[in-house]
Amino acid sequence: MTTAVATEFETVIGLEVHCQLITRSKMFCGCSTAYSGAAPNTHVCPVCMGMPGVLPVINEQAIEYIAMTGLALNCHIAEFSKFDRKNYHYPDLMKGYQVSQYDLPVCKDGWLEIQVEGEAPRRIGITRVHMEEDTARLLHRVDAATGEGYSLVDVNRSGTPLMEIVSEPDMRTPAEARDYLVRLRQILRYIGVSDANMEEGNFRCDANVSLRPRGTAAFGTKVEIKNMNSFRAVHDALAFEEIRQAAVLREGGKIVQETRGWVDERQVTVSQRSKEEANDYRYFPEPDLPPLELSREFVERARARLPELPAARRERLLGLGLSEHEAATLTETRERAEYYDAVVAAIPGDRARAIKLGANWVLGEVGRWVNAAPGRTLAALPVTPAALAELIAMAESAAITGAVAKEVFEKMTESGESATVIVERAGLAQMGGSGELEGFVRKAIEANPKAAADFRSGKEAALNSLMGAVMKETRGRANPDAVRDLLRKELSE
Amino acid sequence: MMAEAWRLTAHEAHERLRARELSSVELTRSVLERIEAVEPKVNAYITRTPELALEQAREADARFASGTATPLTGIPVAVKDLIVTKGVRTTAGSRILENFIPPYDSHVYEQLRRAGAVMVGKANMDEFAMGSSTEHSAYGVSHNPWNLDLVPGGSSGGSAAAVAAGEALVSLGSDTGGSIRQPASLTGMVGFDPTYGRVSRFGIVAFGSSLDQVGPIGRDVEDVATMLDCISGHDPRDSTSNPEPLPDLRAYLGQDVRGMKIGVPREYFIAGMEPGVKDRIDEALKLFEELGCEVDTSLSLPSTEHALAVYYIIAPSEASANLARYDGVKYGFSDRTGASMWENMEQTRAGGFGNEVKRRIMLGTYALSAGYYDAYYLKAQKVRTVINREFQAAFEKYDVIVTPTSPTVAFPIGAKVDDPFAMYLNDVYTLPASVAGLPGLSLPCGLSEGLPVGLQIIGNFFDEGRILRAAYAFESALGWSNRLPDLA
Repeated sequence: MTTAVATEFETVIGLEVHCQLITRSKMFCGCSTAYSGAAPNTHVCPVCMGMPGVLPVINEQAIEYIAMTGLALNCHIAEFSKFDRKNYHYPDLMKGYQVSQYDLPVCKDGWLEIQVEGEAPRRIGITRVHMEEDTARLLHRVDAATGEGYSLVDVNRSGTPLMEIVSEPDMRTPAEARDYLVRLRQILRYIGVSDANMEEGNFRCDANVSLRPRGTAAFGTKVEIKNMNSFRAVHDALAFEEIRQAAVLREGGKIVQETRGWVDERQVTVSQRSKEEANDYRYFPEPDLPPLELSREFVERARARLPELPAARRERLLGLGLSEHEAATLTETRERAEYYDAVVAAIPGDRARAIKLGANWVLGEVGRWVNAAPGRTLAALPVTPAALAELIAMAESAAITGAVAKEVFEKMTESGESATVIVERAGLAQMGGSGELEGFVRKAIEANPKAAADFRSGKEAALNSLMGAVMKETRGRANPDAVRDLLRKELSE
Repeated sequence: MMAEAWRLTAHEAHERLRARELSSVELTRSVLERIEAVEPKVNAYITRTPELALEQAREADARFASGTATPLTGIPVAVKDLIVTKGVRTTAGSRILENFIPPYDSHVYEQLRRAGAVMVGKANMDEFAMGSSTEHSAYGVSHNPWNLDLVPGGSSGGSAAAVAAGEALVSLGSDTGGSIRQPASLTGMVGFDPTYGRVSRFGIVAFGSSLDQVGPIGRDVEDVATMLDCISGHDPRDSTSNPEPLPDLRAYLGQDVRGMKIGVPREYFIAGMEPGVKDRIDEALKLFEELGCEVDTSLSLPSTEHALAVYYIIAPSEASANLARYDGVKYGFSDRTGASMWENMEQTRAGGFGNEVKRRIMLGTYALSAGYYDAYYLKAQKVRTVINREFQAAFEKYDVIVTPTSPTVAFPIGAKVDDPFAMYLNDVYTLPASVAGLPGLSLPCGLSEGLPVGLQIIGNFFDEGRILRAAYAFESALGWSNRLPDLA
């Protein structure tokens, strides 16, 4: 089926992402946005409740965040933009209109580069990024006594700054759409403007999807898909819709312009409303807010607050000689990338070696530690980059063996103590002197006469089990090269 | 205690309070008794607050004792019922807010409280300030104290009637297209609509957000200057509030007006203006000349006639959004007899709003609809700019512009209520300044057939001082101030 779609039709996908900003206060009032887990209607005031007579005041931090987002997405930041009222009735909309931006958004005309594994990178156009406010939340209940449904309104979310990021219809496959979302989320988290967590609802995605005969330029009739609550859902809904639309077209049917909802349990989209039923939002300029004028200085301040972005970081690491996989994994989160950079900077000596060792450790032991417990993040690691670098340097200088280094790292994650302290206290310093090791080697040969005989009769591999015996006895502190030399010497005598 | 203390102007009362010849409690009691006596005839209030008033009066007397009194401390004030007052029902003249007790205070009420003023009640008004007669109040019409069969004007008719009837010494109204100036004119009071942005709209139930402005009504020019001084100034909670510091408005009172240039736009002298009104205005212009002003009647503001159309597109458009929040879900009147949530919302709005409000919601919704926006809303905004430019050009030549406030004196209750367009025409002289956001003051300039005629003085943006200077000089020369009708 999918193959047929791919050869006969071309899929055209555009995405609209709504993303909550992690400002301290709400978009137009002083209420805290830290309502997650709070009792309903405890983070509210007359303004976000839409009481008669209230007025909005723009949250400057939100504007700085949207400017940072626009810059990170290569957008033009408008010197002059304005807010508009979007009018519609719904019980979660406290004022009966949403303060949004219609024709003059803060950011427009940007792009985001995506790269689906195994394919060439592609630029996806960003049409616009605009600022608006989130709605309240409705909780649907059923009266246990009467069986009747009713709804409760939790106003905590009302007025939370919300950014809408609209892409051009530049994506061609569900995989591209997913990659776009993954990279967009990564950028938003890097620049620290949003938690961008789809499952928690602070990063929501609607998709517009249409099909056209391959090789033609005109767009087909588009369908809007809503209610997708994970990246997987976006991917699956688009994949379903490709097939559904292809089937309609193949039978000579017409695609109806409509909004469809993704039903995850059934893995299908279902029609929600047609174009005829669509709202006329009657946008007009918000008279309670003067136009938003952003000075060059404001935009430059926002730019100065941007960290090195994931794409640039990846490029830099590739330039240092790391593999695609290493570069991508090390830069997956800003936390990890910065940790890695700090570790490398703190490792003394040869740079190329430090880059490689740092990558091995951060992707190896550090990654294992983070993954060992659900919800664990790098921020909780008690080992500072400098401490890890010290450990790496000790292993590198043969003060301790590789095996011991791992053991020390584990102790460091438990106690937060430095490698030097742990090594000294536990006597884990590498045994490299032949006098110190000879006893262990002889003991191993005596304890393993068969292996010794095998080696003497020419079985090179038998040396490994003797090595293992020595390492076990020395609890890994022995220098493997020295042990190997001593074994050969003893066994050849 | 003096008899009939309710007859005093605020500044007269202040002198007596300061001299301890009168206490605020005595003054407030005098006003409350007056309310008891005449309110059945006038209906200036939707909600009366006698207990609160006496409590505030006692606080005021304590301030006089401790030397922290201001010119408004202890002065009984009426507050238009769209000004949000914490703990005191605020209806905006609408059934849909019949039981709404606000959990917060408006900026202007905070300012009054800070000054130590005494609130005696919430004044009647046309529902959501939509009207020119208070006949569109859900709480009954207010009557003009000069003749109880006539309207007091509107929408701040209750605020004007209360001051004229002795039921408050001064009041706060709000002006969107003439709602302070026109009722002041029809009741022989002084009403001042300041520059848009001069007074914070925080806590003012919104009608037309780009036009709404709170201002005072009083019995003479000095009292409205004092009130405006109190309520003006920057408020960070209103993003359209002007951050400029306010000059001391009272300093303009008594300044010489010789050489002041007065423009009189000929477009304001139209058919429909009553002869008695025209006579009083002509006399007023002569008086300005006698005072040494240069009066030029050749001024032309050609777009004047379009102000009405502009206003009746922009104000209803904004109102259609501003009134969307009244759905019966959160506060106020709620009809829950419907079969569904949507039905309940519709029934709440159908039963909670009056006809004039519904008419304007329809107008505004239509003007903003897809396919009509450019022809109506956008066009209106462009014409608004043209009107603005004409005023700006005029202010390069003139200090102030003088016009009649209303083409008529007070008209009978019921005369225009069924003819919306005739009612809208009553604001034809006040709409242009509103549309431009300019300050305008109305003060009495005599009687026509026994009823007050109002003179409007329009100034440039944030030039309230010059308006007060002209108004005070005129008032002094005419010898008309604090003239209260005989209600007996």
